[in-house]
Amino acid sequence: MRNWNWRLISTHAILIVGVLFMSLPVWVAFATSTHSAEHILRNGLQIWPGGDFLSTYNEVLFVEGGVMKAVLGTTMLKNSLILGIGFAIGKVVISMLAAYAIVYFRFRLALPLFWIIFMTLLLPLEVRIIPSYEVVSGLGLLDTHVGLIVPLIASATGTFFFRQFFLSVPDELLEAARLDGATPWGFFIDILVPLSKTMIAAILIIMFVVGWNQYLWPLIMTTKEENYTLVIGIKQIYQILAEGGELPQYQKAFALTILATLPPVLVVLVFQNWFVKGLVESEK
Amino acid sequence: MKRVQFEHSAIPYLFVAPQIVIIVIFFLWPAAQAIYQSFLLEDAWGLSSQFVWFRNYADTILSESWLQAAGFTLVFSTLVTFLSLSLALLLAVKANEVIRGASTYKTTLMWAYAIAPPVAGLMGNLMFNPLIGDLYKFFNAIGWDFNHKLDSFDAGFVVVLISVWKQVSVNFIFFLSGLQGIPKSVNEASMMDCRSPTRRFWTITFPLLAPTTFFLMVINITYAFFETFGIIDTTTRGAPGGATNTLVFKVFQDGFRGADLGGSSAQSVVLMLIVLALTVVQFRFIERKVHY
Amino acid sequence: MSKVQLSNVTKTYPNGAEAVRGVDMEVESGEFIVFVGPSGCGKSTLLRMVAGLESVTDGQIQIDDRLINDVSPADRDVAMVFQNYALYPHMTVHGNMSYGLKNRGMPKQEINAKVVEAAKMLKIEDFLDRQPNQLSGGQRQRVAMGRAIVREPKVFLFDEPLSNLDAKLRVQMRIEIKRLQRRMNVTSIYVTHDQTEAMTLADRLAVINEGKIEQMGAPIELYNNPATLFVASFIGSPQINLLPAMFDGQYLSSGDLKLEGFVDLPQSKELVLGIRPDELRLSDDGQFPMRVDIVEQHGSDNLIYGAILGAEQESDEETEFCFKTSQDMLPELESNLTLGFDVDRALVFHKDTGERLR
Repeated sequence: MRNWNWRLISTHAILIVGVLFMSLPVWVAFATSTHSAEHILRNGLQIWPGGDFLSTYNEVLFVEGGVMKAVLGTTMLKNSLILGIGFAIGKVVISMLAAYAIVYFRFRLALPLFWIIFMTLLLPLEVRIIPSYEVVSGLGLLDTHVGLIVPLIASATGTFFFRQFFLSVPDELLEAARLDGATPWGFFIDILVPLSKTMIAAILIIMFVVGWNQYLWPLIMTTKEENYTLVIGIKQIYQILAEGGELPQYQKAFALTILATLPPVLVVLVFQNWFVKGLVESEK
Repeated sequence: MKRVQFEHSAIPYLFVAPQIVIIVIFFLWPAAQAIYQSFLLEDAWGLSSQFVWFRNYADTILSESWLQAAGFTLVFSTLVTFLSLSLALLLAVKANEVIRGASTYKTTLMWAYAIAPPVAGLMGNLMFNPLIGDLYKFFNAIGWDFNHKLDSFDAGFVVVLISVWKQVSVNFIFFLSGLQGIPKSVNEASMMDCRSPTRRFWTITFPLLAPTTFFLMVINITYAFFETFGIIDTTTRGAPGGATNTLVFKVFQDGFRGADLGGSSAQSVVLMLIVLALTVVQFRFIERKVHY
Repeated sequence: MSKVQLSNVTKTYPNGAEAVRGVDMEVESGEFIVFVGPSGCGKSTLLRMVAGLESVTDGQIQIDDRLINDVSPADRDVAMVFQNYALYPHMTVHGNMSYGLKNRGMPKQEINAKVVEAAKMLKIEDFLDRQPNQLSGGQRQRVAMGRAIVREPKVFLFDEPLSNLDAKLRVQMRIEIKRLQRRMNVTSIYVTHDQTEAMTLADRLAVINEGKIEQMGAPIELYNNPATLFVASFIGSPQINLLPAMFDGQYLSSGDLKLEGFVDLPQSKELVLGIRPDELRLSDDGQFPMRVDIVEQHGSDNLIYGAILGAEQESDEETEFCFKTSQDMLPELESNLTLGFDVDRALVFHKDTGERLR
């Protein structure tokens, strides 16, 4: 039994070290964000929370000039939410419709269209970034929500996911529905969408996180400060810090980091089971 | 495909139309542009351009800075893939073993998935800040003459560490679900056949995880190539002297900062080929998995 | 009350595979027809063509003299019970049963009345608010039937509806389906590969093989008078005993065995003699010497399996016969029996064509 106990202890020890490795940086970021700039500069990073939580977060969120020149933390929060939610919903709607057409209809261009959708896997934003920027600016969509969200939602991942799921739905359901007189649209709305509820929820969660965390595209798309998302704001505050000047406002940088991290982390934690299921299933 | 399908003329086209339209405008057209521009040479003011065949490719890809970036990308992605997979596998195996606190461990090990790479980058950047960063001070205190702003090894160390940290949780989720997918009876049979847990792991569990591992390798290489952009851009930005430039970061630098359209496009096309290769490998693998 | 007519119905898949090759059939009003055959014989395809789930390559399908080849499944006025039930998993039992009626625009009260009535008939009225995953296999089966019943269709189609149930439930549901069909008197077509199910349910049975109807008729007629070797060996359980043989004008011989009593058979052609297990009897002057291998006790009767000594061997295996007898007959293993049979009840087939000669 002795042996077994040592094994158990070492297992827990490894896991605890792992948890600390994963969590400590974020905790330190939070604890440090609750101290004053002077305190941080003098004493370095902090492991215990300080007394400046309210003043720092208040300034970051609500005071003009608190973090950026003009934009408030709340505005960036709002922009991030619009991007995250818009991206998630747009992606689910577009990919469900396309997957439905591809799986459930016999039509001449089905195969070529499937390959066009497949090709998006070969063309991540990073390899077409400059021409993409030109297209969006040519269409006058810079600094708009449409220009920010729409180009992101057409990639194949969601469509493949729903295609896979639809293929796993028994054929007999469609046959039964056809005998029951369901129209193509009726089958989609009455049977397929309710059937996919869990899958839709899982994809919404994953895509919210993916959308919220978008970096490169918003970075080149937004030129005005008022359109910054939190993730983009972070880059800006980094540059301000790097440029130096007066007393570096580290606590605000950390506060912004925490604000950018909190919503997606909460979503993942609250909907953990759906999220894991969706993530693991979608990659099959 | 389904055995029975609706036969309808217009409806399926209406359903796929939104996605196809967006793909054509924002994917295919820009990609075609990139390919086209990779064959053009613009003058310094962007007023005229001429068709130069593969000169851009020759100029950029044979240039010292591109080769340096390619070399770094190779080392970087190998390290990130190997380290984050090993760490995640270790944690997943341990988390799968414990009964008490299993769900707590699971939750606290996976939540970092939700953190954006640039956010992780900024956090890491501040940890390594020479003025306040404890990690920076710690490494110097233990006798390592650590300076990631000047020393390329140290800079590489920083981006690898942050990139690994960010990727462990995804790998952990997949490994854990892979481990939980191994039938209980197989584990029980192996317990009767083999006394040593370590040997059991390498002879039974690890081979059964092979499909997951292979799949994750592709995912991790893709991550190291592309998604680490946000980390590089918030930490070293290629410094010192381009030592931590990845290929993707270099495309962005040359295209946006350097305004070298032809060269940047040629690099993009090379990246497309790399993605193509990765995708082919992945699909080959999926085909194999079907026969498993 | 509707009749179904198939004339020269053919199904050829795009890859050239012929699933159904020219089937002609008339199903009378209120009749219970069973399609039976081995898997892949085309019986399901034929049923699905009647349902409208498969297109018809050639020929005509009519319900009440109305050509329905190109009518959509929903407008054919047929209802189908699927092998895996195909219940909509996210809808309640009530929702499942009412969906088809809703699509027809029937008023809510009327739908309700019909659903409740059908549910009572099937004894599932207590489960109307449950979802399929809260039901047992047998209950799901009833819901699937209820969904068909409420539509009040002209034709019921059953695609192996009992094969997902355990043996006991299968017998129970079999009786219930028969009772229900009698009561509602709706024309029904039922597909199965289980010959017991086929025999017990059918008014008329269609044995299908390689896309064609081998023989059609009342079950007992097919049992007693099979038209081909295929029908003879498919119908009947335990299976008919078969013995390769030749006729030389006087004897029907198989290996060293020379069987007497046969006349008017073609000479020097390969033949097959078929004798049902219950036609064999113990008799001292019998023509088959049998070495007992296995005795199966089924309760009311025993099945004795053994090698027919001296009979021609198809391959290295000895020719095995099955002999059905009463429960008190328990021979020793490896002991020898002598079995006799009634020549008038024996069947003889042409080996190559499968055609019955007598």
